[in-house]
Amino acid sequence: MHSDTRAPLPLKLAAAGGLFFLLAPIALIFVYAFTTEEKSFQWPPPGFTLKWLGVTLNRPDVWEALFLSLRVAAISTVIALALGTLTAAAVARSRFFGRETISLLVILPIALPGIITGISLRSAFSLLEIPFSTWTIVLGHATFCIVIVYNNAVARFRRTSGALIDAAMDLGADGVQTFTLVILPNIATALLAGGMLAFALSFDEVIVTTFTAGQQTTLPIWMLEELVRPRQRPVTNVVAMAVVLVTVLPILAAYYLTRDGEHTAGAEK
Amino acid sequence: MSALSPAIFAPRSGPLSRAVDWVIRHPRMFVFLMVLPISLWLGIVYIGALIALLIQSFFSIDEYSGLIVHEFTLKTYAELFRSYNLDIIIRTVSMAAAVTLAAAVIAFPIAYFAARYARGKWKALFYIGVMLPLWSSYLVKVYAWKLVLAKEGILNWLFAKLHLTWALEAALALPVVGGNSLSVSYLGTFIVFVYIWLPYMIIPVQASLERVPAPLLEAAADLGATPAQSFRMVLFPLAMPGIVAGSIFTFSLTLGDYIIPQIIGSSRLFIGQAVYTQQGTAGNIPLAAAFTVVPIVIMGLYLWGARKMGAFDAL
Repeated sequence: MHSDTRAPLPLKLAAAGGLFFLLAPIALIFVYAFTTEEKSFQWPPPGFTLKWLGVTLNRPDVWEALFLSLRVAAISTVIALALGTLTAAAVARSRFFGRETISLLVILPIALPGIITGISLRSAFSLLEIPFSTWTIVLGHATFCIVIVYNNAVARFRRTSGALIDAAMDLGADGVQTFTLVILPNIATALLAGGMLAFALSFDEVIVTTFTAGQQTTLPIWMLEELVRPRQRPVTNVVAMAVVLVTVLPILAAYYLTRDGEHTAGAEK
Repeated sequence: MSALSPAIFAPRSGPLSRAVDWVIRHPRMFVFLMVLPISLWLGIVYIGALIALLIQSFFSIDEYSGLIVHEFTLKTYAELFRSYNLDIIIRTVSMAAAVTLAAAVIAFPIAYFAARYARGKWKALFYIGVMLPLWSSYLVKVYAWKLVLAKEGILNWLFAKLHLTWALEAALALPVVGGNSLSVSYLGTFIVFVYIWLPYMIIPVQASLERVPAPLLEAAADLGATPAQSFRMVLFPLAMPGIVAGSIFTFSLTLGDYIIPQIIGSSRLFIGQAVYTQQGTAGNIPLAAAFTVVPIVIMGLYLWGARKMGAFDAL
């Protein structure tokens, strides 16, 4: 919907107000990371300091939580990339029995509230007497990361012409060559974008993780403990800022990667 | 130097290539192999766990020993209708409804402006402005609101500067929704829920508004409709499918959340918290499982109703 008339003032104000509501709290995180106040959330901050950046950098518990989160996110992303791409290729390129069921099944873990995924995995672990480990966390994360990769890959597969693959085969490329030389370069940016979003989603996940982590602490669980029982507010402020940076940068990158793809394909919605 | 690669590759004869070629020549086998991993993963890990949970909701807990009785019974479901548990369900559903309504009202102008008037840089700003909060860490957003709503925080400071503290106090004095301060009242919980789920409403509403042709609104104006009339009779009905799609997210996400009401809100439980405490400290897995069935049933009814209204056909 496009037109060149000017927006009425109340609409402008409401839209600007809404945008402010969306962004101001995130901006606030960046201010609080440098406050000198230790005991409360006092506004305006009495002064600014870089001291807490250094204190946070020397905290082993923060680093351990960060590394666990990164490890889980990396493994989950790899699993999601493999399973999501395969499924997307099958669903986009062929008709087969159970195709609708599969595309519904993939979306289910993200359509149902996370607490349901979490508690069903938890009760399954206890029924099967599986001890909590990095892998129990990965099991939960990969399940909902698949859909992110799948969505990105399936959209790209639908826009990639099947004739390309036929042509490669006609010219004598075997299956492996067709995949590495024709298919992969065509879907690479979609996979990169999907992979980054899946990574960000896993890195940030807390609802499912509280059920599958046991005594382990990922960064979001560390944050949650601080939120429920605040112990070191200045350190939490700094960690919050770092988390915003870590999740936001992949989002921006994914936006630029897929934006060009959408335009070249001329897929106007 | 043979840097030039041949235009036509010689057929390979390795075992891997031969196996791949064989699979490609048998399309049914090919598809079967492609969907096998996902079927195993989701079938065993996810659906298996889900079914195991549902089965447990038909067990019950022995009131004296605290052990789970592995016999089929509807006793646990009957427990959901005790007034204490029923209150939890009603509280959660009314919160979800209120949050959905507020999110729709706030999202509409943003989505409408972005769809109809924003161009170039502004369009990008609106896009980032919605995607940034959508993808920022959930906990960090909740934390940000803890900063905003704190007694010594920015919101109270702002109200004091504007000499509006009396208005805030009047709102907090309201029965049920009020409380000692914003961070321990339903009002606070409500604001944070609206904030966190707002992007999920804006995106589908904006998508449905992008599809409304501008001449349609001009035609309405030419035919003598006031802006209010053309909103009510043209724009709103066309945006409805997007609002319904967004409401599915805001409703479902509010039903299942247990972290926001735990951090910002009164001590009264929501469904998610009830599930969490029942399976954790109380050790009553059957009741926790029965509680998780509530959002599943409500969302099932919700989706069924949306379908009846034709929301999916219009999407």
